[in-house]
Amino acid sequence: MTDSQHPLYKFPGGLHLPGHKAMSTTRPIGKIFIPSQLVLPLQQHIGEPSEAIVKKGDSVLKGQVIAKASGYVSVPLHAPTSGTIVDIIDHAVPHPSGLSASSIILKPDYQDQWIELPAPENYLQMDPSALRNRIREAGIIGLGGAGFPSFIKLNPGAHTAIDELIINAAECEPYISCDDMLMRERAREIIGGIQIMQHALQARRCLIGIEDNKPEACEALQQALSQLNIDTIEVVRIPTIYPTGGEKQLIKVLTGKESPSHGLPLDIGVVCHNVATAATIFQAIMHGKPLISRIVTLTGNGVQQAGNHEVLIGTPIDEWIEHHGGYHASVEQLVMGGPMMGFTLSTDQLPIIKTSNCILALSRDETNTQQAAMPCIRCGACMDVCPVNLLPQQLYWQAFAREFDKIQDYHLFDCIECGCCSYVCPSEIPLVQFYRFAKTEIWAQERDKVKSDQARQRHEFRLERLEKEKKEREERMLKKKAALKAGKGKKEKDSKKEAIEAALARVREKQKQSSSESKNTDNLSAEQQQKINEIENRRQRSQANKNNAQGDSGTE
Amino acid sequence: MLEAILTMSLLAAGFGLLLGYVAVRFHIKGDPVVDKIDALLPQTQCGQCGFPGCRPYAQAIAKGEADINQCPPGGESTIVALSDLLGVDAKPLNPENGAEEDIKTVVTIDEEVCIGCTLCIQACPVDAILGAAKQMHTIITDECTGCDLCIPPCPVECIHIVPIQDDITTWKWPSPEKPGVERPTPDHSAVIK
Repeated sequence: MTDSQHPLYKFPGGLHLPGHKAMSTTRPIGKIFIPSQLVLPLQQHIGEPSEAIVKKGDSVLKGQVIAKASGYVSVPLHAPTSGTIVDIIDHAVPHPSGLSASSIILKPDYQDQWIELPAPENYLQMDPSALRNRIREAGIIGLGGAGFPSFIKLNPGAHTAIDELIINAAECEPYISCDDMLMRERAREIIGGIQIMQHALQARRCLIGIEDNKPEACEALQQALSQLNIDTIEVVRIPTIYPTGGEKQLIKVLTGKESPSHGLPLDIGVVCHNVATAATIFQAIMHGKPLISRIVTLTGNGVQQAGNHEVLIGTPIDEWIEHHGGYHASVEQLVMGGPMMGFTLSTDQLPIIKTSNCILALSRDETNTQQAAMPCIRCGACMDVCPVNLLPQQLYWQAFAREFDKIQDYHLFDCIECGCCSYVCPSEIPLVQFYRFAKTEIWAQERDKVKSDQARQRHEFRLERLEKEKKEREERMLKKKAALKAGKGKKEKDSKKEAIEAALARVREKQKQSSSESKNTDNLSAEQQQKINEIENRRQRSQANKNNAQGDSGTE
Repeated sequence: MLEAILTMSLLAAGFGLLLGYVAVRFHIKGDPVVDKIDALLPQTQCGQCGFPGCRPYAQAIAKGEADINQCPPGGESTIVALSDLLGVDAKPLNPENGAEEDIKTVVTIDEEVCIGCTLCIQACPVDAILGAAKQMHTIITDECTGCDLCIPPCPVECIHIVPIQDDITTWKWPSPEKPGVERPTPDHSAVIK
């Protein structure tokens, strides 16, 4: 429970960034408001998109499943409020591409009427797998940003023992404060959720890693722990260094363990979940409520009123910002996520989705004055700040030259895209942009490879099939020819006669079979035979008597 | 003298037998170079290279009968990969074979117009068209390689080329340095003071 004794470790590199968090933590978490329309993209998580099970015109209740999970790495989607399904169409989604994706459009009826929720259960008596199922049914994904379905990360697997459950409360990116506010106001829910996770994972110990720039949140959590008298959960204050909130970085800081390059933290007996996910799991298990809202930070000098609000999933950003005071005249750029890892939005007519943690409206004086990149001077500053010990400069050269094989030798896929290298680059080279470009390019090549292998297989199969068909045709022709040749010597009549005779023979054969069908008189014992003979004699006698009698009467 | 001759002949016979055995035991069917070349080709089976499919082209390259710059669907990246494999210089795509298309395409059948003649089915190198005589035909889009070989045989011109649309799962980050493309906003869009 105390945080003074816990040994801390260091990860390489990292940056001390100005926090900019105070501007959004002055007010309590804002209440939910129901917008005029909700846009619910079917893909809000990593994995297979959900599959819509409602259709246009259906009325739905709050918390009703409107799209079911398709495949293992998938979760269902629930209606955030009661209303009518207006349409299921492609709608612009918050994604760096700015592209559209299939979404359910829901028009609220402002009744906000809940569907009947599953009864709360005592999770301690639940089987961990049933517990995971409940968490899946509630549509819960990691709320830290990546959006991986939580139930999978609550499965310790058959052979792995979980030493530590780590709760990520670091929130290291500047501006974002949604987890901070959540911890201040709902510490008990978080602790409850962590206990449920501990049960699902059968984890002995839990560490909550929280950056030391959030003393109020830390205090709130510790208070809740002492009130509930729990000693298996420990709150650990960690130094504020960006990107301490990266999963692998946090694990390193708290346990000293390093996750394998291509592996998962599970491989070293650690599981890491976000603090907001814990609170959502608490709601799902203890109150049966699915994930239909989340806390989102609205911040930056580009808005009138920065703060944190509980927002229904699917709320359009423009309406939400308007509801909370609107933009400031100086607004220049809209970013989803933080300034380091977030991406620019080209429009505000996009919905808040499950993974949206922050909307950053930057004013003119906060945005970068987009200078053109200058040549790399090989200063090595990027290398010093890389938290994964990569060689950003080498990666940059390889990406620049499109050497996609070689770039993987420099462990491109271990890059967490934290943006430290771009931040310190004196030449303002958009380094992370290059890595993202290389990553998606490599994935595209891999997809092409799979497709071309498939095409090769299909083409070869087709050739084989054509060959086989040709052979069969030739064989048939040969047979026909042979038959013709053989038939030439004999007269046609003969063959006809033969056919008729063969048919007759078949008929005779059949008749023979049917005549000798009754076989129940075969294999009789001597006794039975005798009985039959007796009966036979009696019948003959009676027949003879009858004949005699007739003869007698006739003569009379 | 005799001993030396005997030793040498014995050794020669021994190694000869060994080599003979190895040649039979570890015999590789087919030409491994052809397989390697074939693996680099895009497998559209479009025939733009002048050969009836990707494998025949690979065989021709292996025999030295064809150049490495005859595959428009593979484009520059395929030429570079082939030059790396074969240790020859990369060269620009031969314009006689066609130009490299930036956008990948597939075909669709206008099902209202289709008369069910099966000619396109016979032309498709990867069996990606479904249909039967006098029945409407349709393209299995996931299997279509975009070779366009089905278009010329169609008597009613009901087959159309459509570009493959990017969605959020296949979208690629643009290169920050690609000429002609506006440099996208970098990830550290905010200067934090």
